[in-house]
Amino acid sequence: MTTPMLEAVNLSVQFGGLKAVDNVSFDVWPNEVFSLIGPNGAGKTTIFNLISALYRPSAGEVRFEGEVISRMPPYVVARHGIARTFQNIELFEHATVLQNLLVGRHCHRHTGWFQDLLFTGSVRRAELEFRRQVEEVIDFLDLQHYRDSMVVGLPYGVRKVVELGRALSMRPRLLLLDEPSSGLNTEETEDMGFWIEDIKHDLGITVIMVEHDMSLVSRVSDRVLALNQGEVLTLGTPQEVQAHPGVIEAYLGGVEE
Amino acid sequence: MHFLFKTRYEQDISLFRHNGQRFWYALLALALVAAPWLLSEYTLSQLSFIGIYSIVCLGLMLLAGYTGQVSLGHAGFLAMGAYTEAYLQANGWPFALSLPMSALVAGLTGVMIGLPALRVKGMYLSIATLAFGFILEEVVVRAEHITGGNSGMQIGKLIIGGIDFDDHVNFYYLVIGIAVTCVIGMLNLLRSPTGRAFVAIRDSEVSAQSMGINLAYYKTTAFAISAALAGISGALYAHKITFITPDQFGFLQSIELLMMVVIGGLGSIQGAIFGPSFWFFAQQLIVVGKDWLPSALGQQTGLQPTIFGIILIAIVLFEPMGLYGRWLKIRTFLQIFPFYRKGMFKRQKSYMKSERMK
Repeated sequence: MTTPMLEAVNLSVQFGGLKAVDNVSFDVWPNEVFSLIGPNGAGKTTIFNLISALYRPSAGEVRFEGEVISRMPPYVVARHGIARTFQNIELFEHATVLQNLLVGRHCHRHTGWFQDLLFTGSVRRAELEFRRQVEEVIDFLDLQHYRDSMVVGLPYGVRKVVELGRALSMRPRLLLLDEPSSGLNTEETEDMGFWIEDIKHDLGITVIMVEHDMSLVSRVSDRVLALNQGEVLTLGTPQEVQAHPGVIEAYLGGVEE
Repeated sequence: MHFLFKTRYEQDISLFRHNGQRFWYALLALALVAAPWLLSEYTLSQLSFIGIYSIVCLGLMLLAGYTGQVSLGHAGFLAMGAYTEAYLQANGWPFALSLPMSALVAGLTGVMIGLPALRVKGMYLSIATLAFGFILEEVVVRAEHITGGNSGMQIGKLIIGGIDFDDHVNFYYLVIGIAVTCVIGMLNLLRSPTGRAFVAIRDSEVSAQSMGINLAYYKTTAFAISAALAGISGALYAHKITFITPDQFGFLQSIELLMMVVIGGLGSIQGAIFGPSFWFFAQQLIVVGKDWLPSALGQQTGLQPTIFGIILIAIVLFEPMGLYGRWLKIRTFLQIFPFYRKGMFKRQKSYMKSERMK
């Protein structure tokens, strides 16, 4: 544990005159659950998009295990072992759950399209291996029942789990979860909490999470970064952050003068 | 009712799902082999056309139905294939080499035309391909020393290994053989990582790239494969027609191809076969039906495009999954009779599309 897994160094991004993220720096250490919190428009999802290289920073950089990833195309970043989910679910809707999860194995493929066209022995073997690996994820998340269902016919709560499953199928080293509990009922949120703990303890994957549900955040997170209007408010344990006057002010409004 | 019990992962990646499917496809294969003995020369020639069009429709299906890139310039690829074949044939190339060359030339053109797809999407891409279609047609007209320009080009006899393939029965077998090979290749692609990457790009580009899919590479590949299939189709078309002119590969041809694919059912291999089959069958029906109509209506010019237009509108409105979707419903109805419900294939609309990132 000498080097951080992910370093954000003086990150800024500007959309026209709007500073969505303003000089934000933080480190994420291996095998921790790191949460980003803040009111709407604080820049949480923007930071996610900067890490997965969907956006380019106007200043500063993101380093993953010492390597600068913020100038790479998004698909290369994914191949470094960074998986993510999306706030509004970006699944492949007209495909089955199984196919969605198999796409997660894409960056581990070794065959080209021409071999695929002929469905050579190596493609067949790789497919069976991918399937075996994906089945592990299906077992982990209890998705057996939905394996052959089209995503477009699934309820929201299940989609959320499928998206988590798709990210886990990549066998990432760093997992970005964008509001994992939004739109879930209490019971499903509970399950999500257990899974995040298992992902950390059993699978040894580092997690960065954007979340509004403070009970979930304080249950699973090791450290919390509070943001407001693109700037860092404070960084610390969930208890410290919740007690921080700046955080309370950002959420509830300041005391009238 | 029939329930499929899966015990091995191989079952999910094999070409046939169960023995029932094997039986029906074997029967179809038998029917295709026996067709020359059962059908008239004219009907057989129509079947050859269906085979030829199925190949280009497969390519368009891959592009529009599976990768989500709608092309309005596919006739251009058809032309590239047809003229390459005609030119090489005239220069004495054997078919075994000129056919792959036609596919290659069309495929490379596809890569070129696919380049705008890396920048523009949806409607704008369609317009870009439309423009490319016009350009290709114009190129064919201008390159008179190779293509003969507007006066057209005659294709020599197709002789492979001493066998005359201009003979309608031999040609039919050739077309069906190539079409079946293309279908199998397509099925292989779709059950492998490449096919999944295409579908991923169609459904969500943003998450496809976050899954490690190189958008530029796969879009270009989809265009290349699609165009190569059109090239193969074009080469066979040239031999079937024996005389090609640029106006056979115009804008209307591109529209017709797209209509076939939509009528067949976007996003299904079967649709790429159903589309052209329906097209040629309906054409015959119109020809026959004309005589029964009052002459003021029956002899009207533009009767056929009007009818196809109406069919297309009806399909888009009532059966967006096309003929293949209709077939799925009929099959499900029969399989689970009497438990079929009207809303079984209704899909929920997706959530919060408006907030999606571009």
